[in-house]
Amino acid sequence: MKPAAFDYHAPADAAEAVALLSGLGEDAKIIAGGQSLVPMLALRLAVPEHLVDLRRADGLRGIERRDGVLRIGACTTQAMIERSAEVARDVPLLARATPLIGHFQIRNRGTIGGSLAHADAAAEYPAVALALGARIQARSPRGERTVPADRFFTGMWTTELAEDELLTAVDFPVRDGRAGFAIEEFARRGGDFAIAGAAVAVELDGDDRVRRCGIGLFGLGSTPLRAAAAEASVTGAAVAGIDADEVGRAAVAESGSVPADLHASADHRRHVGAVVVTRAWRRAVQEAAHA
Amino acid sequence: MPDADIRMRVNGVTRRATVPPRLTLADYLREHCGLTGTHLGCEHGVCGACTVLLDGEAVRACLVFAVQADDADVTTVEGIAAPDGELSPVQAAFRDNHGLQCGFCTPGFVLSVTALLRDNPDPTDEEIREGLSGNLCRCTGYQGILKAVRAAAGTAAGGAAAAEEPR
Repeated sequence: MKPAAFDYHAPADAAEAVALLSGLGEDAKIIAGGQSLVPMLALRLAVPEHLVDLRRADGLRGIERRDGVLRIGACTTQAMIERSAEVARDVPLLARATPLIGHFQIRNRGTIGGSLAHADAAAEYPAVALALGARIQARSPRGERTVPADRFFTGMWTTELAEDELLTAVDFPVRDGRAGFAIEEFARRGGDFAIAGAAVAVELDGDDRVRRCGIGLFGLGSTPLRAAAAEASVTGAAVAGIDADEVGRAAVAESGSVPADLHASADHRRHVGAVVVTRAWRRAVQEAAHA
Repeated sequence: MPDADIRMRVNGVTRRATVPPRLTLADYLREHCGLTGTHLGCEHGVCGACTVLLDGEAVRACLVFAVQADDADVTTVEGIAAPDGELSPVQAAFRDNHGLQCGFCTPGFVLSVTALLRDNPDPTDEEIREGLSGNLCRCTGYQGILKAVRAAAGTAAGGAAAAEEPR
């Protein structure tokens, strides 16, 4: 259970980190909080020759409101997000998802950028980013670019990021008006990865019709998933006429590869998935209706 | 793979070393500092036995490399009791309430609970359970540990109440 040897680099900022990545190529791996990467190193599922540690890159940490979005630096820890009054006020779904991640000792080190770049299909933050339509900021030697969350997760544990590209921040839209948010998951023990989970963001118009809806699923595929067809089926509809159970069934039906493992068969996972979507949908709608 | 020079304060003592980057903080504390109170159970972040305070925050020492703790302040279970050996309120409560049996997981629990009660001196039972969920115990059972945390919180709350009494 000891990681293989590697060279260690601790660049002072994002520019230096990107330059290092560009020079080292595919032999390098970024480490932020390390709460997913270090276990993979210990189990030797990952054996990089170089680790590029972002611990000194202070510019990558922080929470800042700007032009209708809340920008969260990649190295902002889950504990900082959990304690942030701005996050609780401006992006309540993110605030509610955070205590579900691991245990407080993990959240003291784990970062939002690490969670998204690791892209675990069973993790909370990728699903929240999908439900909210977050925009991921990345930097490479070719410059900076923005990747919408629904184009970011490209495969199992893989993302749109190139090998020499660094996730620098995430922009979450600040919704006002009649918006409601909920996250639901089922895990056998608190802190475990959920068997299935769902994050829902819904916005109603003045006539109680669904103006906008985002549904992010976790634990239900080989990647974090957005239930785009289920979202489309409710958008524009009068909320009173929407069958919450049907939303759950429709959302889960979109995943072509529901995983099966020691903890749950694919059928059980699909069932649990539909239930958590339905619950999250009901709570989000209720909150939006009273907003 | 060049070694790195590190310096950190461990239980108030400044220590310098040259270590390979792959050395975890847990192994550094045990093998370089001789502080074997930090126990290693799973070595991949599940069991919590290796929990220490890193700049005051409870973390798993098996998921931090020693090079990442360069310039940091680390507290291990050896640094929790008073210099004269008097147990901390958390340690005393574990002893008094059958919060340990074999003791292997205890250092991790003591550090986690110390941080938990510092940040939330009067937790509800649900908050205590949530706060303990990152540490595994395989022999004592959790009821004694829960009782110990309640007792330690009571001691702290009792102390605070006494301090507020008019003189």
